[in-house]
Amino acid sequence: MYDRKLFCLTFSMVCIHLLQAEVEETLKRIQNHKGVIGTMVVNAEGIPIRTTLDNSTTVQYAGLLHQLTMKAKSTVRDIDPQNDLTFLRIRSKKHEVMVAPDKEYLLIVIQNPTE
Amino acid sequence: MAPKSAPRKLSGGQQPGTRGTRKRDEDAGPDVGEGLDDWAQAKSLLRPPDQLELTEAELKEEFTRILRANNPHAPQNIVRFSFKEGTFKHISFVDQLAVHFSLVGNMIPKDSDEGRRQKFRAASITGSQEAMAQPSEEAEGGGEGEGEGEGEGEEGLKEAGSQVEVQAAEAEAEAEEVTPRKPKERKLTNQFNFSERASQTFNNPLRARECQMEPPPRATFSATANQWEIYDAYVEELEKQEKTKEKEKAKAPVAKKLEKRTTRKKTSMESMSDDITKVAQAAKIVERMVNQNTYDDIAQDFKYYEDAADEYRDQEGTLLPLWKFQYDKAKRLAVTALSWNPKYKDLFAVGHGSYDFMKQNRGMLLLYTLKNPSFPEYIFSSECGIMCLDMHVEHPYLVAVGYYDGNVAIYNLKKPHTQPSYRSSAKLGKHSEPVWQVRWQKDDMDNNFNFFSVSSDGRIVSWTLVKNELMHTDIIKLNVEGSTTEGTEDLSLYTIGCGTSFDFHKQIDYLFLVGTEEGKIYKCSKSYSSQFLDMFEAHNMAVDAVTWNPYHSKVFMSCSSDWTVKIWDHTIKIPMFIYDLNSAVGDIAWAPYSSTVFAAVTTDGKAHVFDLVINKYEAICNQPIVAKKKNKITHVQFNAIHPIIIVGDDRGQVTCLKLSPNLRKMPKEKKGQEVKRGPEVEIAKLDKLLNLVREVKP
Repeated sequence: MYDRKLFCLTFSMVCIHLLQAEVEETLKRIQNHKGVIGTMVVNAEGIPIRTTLDNSTTVQYAGLLHQLTMKAKSTVRDIDPQNDLTFLRIRSKKHEVMVAPDKEYLLIVIQNPTE
Repeated sequence: MAPKSAPRKLSGGQQPGTRGTRKRDEDAGPDVGEGLDDWAQAKSLLRPPDQLELTEAELKEEFTRILRANNPHAPQNIVRFSFKEGTFKHISFVDQLAVHFSLVGNMIPKDSDEGRRQKFRAASITGSQEAMAQPSEEAEGGGEGEGEGEGEGEEGLKEAGSQVEVQAAEAEAEAEEVTPRKPKERKLTNQFNFSERASQTFNNPLRARECQMEPPPRATFSATANQWEIYDAYVEELEKQEKTKEKEKAKAPVAKKLEKRTTRKKTSMESMSDDITKVAQAAKIVERMVNQNTYDDIAQDFKYYEDAADEYRDQEGTLLPLWKFQYDKAKRLAVTALSWNPKYKDLFAVGHGSYDFMKQNRGMLLLYTLKNPSFPEYIFSSECGIMCLDMHVEHPYLVAVGYYDGNVAIYNLKKPHTQPSYRSSAKLGKHSEPVWQVRWQKDDMDNNFNFFSVSSDGRIVSWTLVKNELMHTDIIKLNVEGSTTEGTEDLSLYTIGCGTSFDFHKQIDYLFLVGTEEGKIYKCSKSYSSQFLDMFEAHNMAVDAVTWNPYHSKVFMSCSSDWTVKIWDHTIKIPMFIYDLNSAVGDIAWAPYSSTVFAAVTTDGKAHVFDLVINKYEAICNQPIVAKKKNKITHVQFNAIHPIIIVGDDRGQVTCLKLSPNLRKMPKEKKGQEVKRGPEVEIAKLDKLLNLVREVKP
């Protein structure tokens, strides 16, 4: 019984590690992609958890985009509560900012599409 | 007896409530009056006339008397006759009590009930009518309790003397009547000492008492209540309710415990793990987006570009290269199989292995999506080269795979493992030679998944997934038996038929074709394992692929390493069309949008697209796809809805190409005629062509 528990435990840990590694890999691939300037993960309070940009830029992006995303989400949901924001894509002259709001985190990627 | 009666009389005087005393009182009415007068006059000192006159000295003389309890007048010598002894006997016991004075009291207070009752009785005796005329007397006697003020008022009224007096008197009388009559009507429960007494207790004094508590902690809270926030709250509540219901339903406490334990573990695990896993889904989408941005031009081409030059090129068409799919770990592995997912039209599976039988090592199963050309969606690696694969139509997450070592396996895309979910083994009747093709079939009678496989060992095996195990059934053995029906010379030449490809008829469930290494094509049935329905002497070398036309139920096509592609009517033993492509043909595929269009790829790196309606002698597109001379194209597949093909090559690369407008030309619209579409038209189109040939050949 104990062995089995241990096995289950280790098994689930392995699974989680696998998943984690997979996500890490994906993020790395995104970062290494052509034209990608930076990626960052922001938590629900708008605090950056990981980033590839320098500190001040990250804080600025995280704070502003978090607000914008919350506003956008609120807008979508106010119109129809069953609806939800799934993605936010901002195309600017220089960049494209992609915001993927997940349950707890925001994934923000800044890309220069013309590069 | 006298001493006993005396106190009773006294008590009677003190308690004038009894009937007996009352009567006596009435009789003794005037005595009472006298007695009272006597007491009033007794204030002045009176001397009896016979009083001794004494001098001062005599008066001051002191006489000492001792008071004793003995009665001095009591006789000391009382004798009584004793009948027992017959003599007088002296009685020692003498009553010492002496009564000097006794008086029975008969005074009654006016205010008392008794007094009032007497008054009333006296009044009633004199006459009720008189009583009405003499209210003042009543007021004087019994009306004291009613207040003096009232009495005065009455007097005032009397003086005024008018109707008012009468009315007032009447009112008074009524009042009088009401009050005293009450006790008269009342029945007395006993005739003796009965009295009613009422009293009022003190009213509890009212007191106000206050105290102050410590003020509760305060906090300012502010929030907005949007429509969606309210909605969310409701949804949450509903979920909670459902959960509690489920909990109630769960009967077995042991199972519950286990569940709890696992969930607890899970949560602990989750908290332990880095938060980064939660953005998995988002990361995937963003990756696709980044790719979309990077390959924006290709995406635009894929969707909108139509080669304008086609109009001037008459009939010929071109293939526009779009994305190239490549994965580092599969760089040296040839593409051995390609298959579009039947449900997700942008997803396709690639099997990697090797066709070089001297250099067999590992294999790989990759699934790419057009949305992300830079990285595969799913990656499965295996120790042995993959030779073929097929995706289930109804369960698009199941991928059947055939290996070089003769095993077959099923991968489940829903499960995150890198290993196949089910796999055959040596015990479970695996093939002894490479598996060349696998194909899913409809679920069997018990709704078990099943698929067929063909291998160089000559067996065609049906695999059924029963309770997580692959059960095998040999359908046909391509060996001597089959050949004997053809003739003895076959027997001596081919002892074993090596299947290299097969295809199942689209409509007739049991019918299928098997291509062999010897170049023959057998028409077989699932129900006859001992013999073939038919045999075609198709090619001089191994049949690489055989495939039924998607529209026309009689037509199929085969390709071979002998450089040829042949189109057959399965009822006729000779081919309808033969095309020589000057190189070994690796794969062929019918287009899904037309019955007459097909593509073939050759090992010299070229792709050929035919449209029999436009040109039945040669390809309308003949285009090198891979640059290097050494590289060979191995497989080709049409997408079901988009006008694109994917081509796999020897170096592990898959190229996606767009068919130019000429390659997917539909019959021209004639004036005043509606263009017909649909399978019937397609069948007719092909039939028309075949008829031309049929007339000539037989």
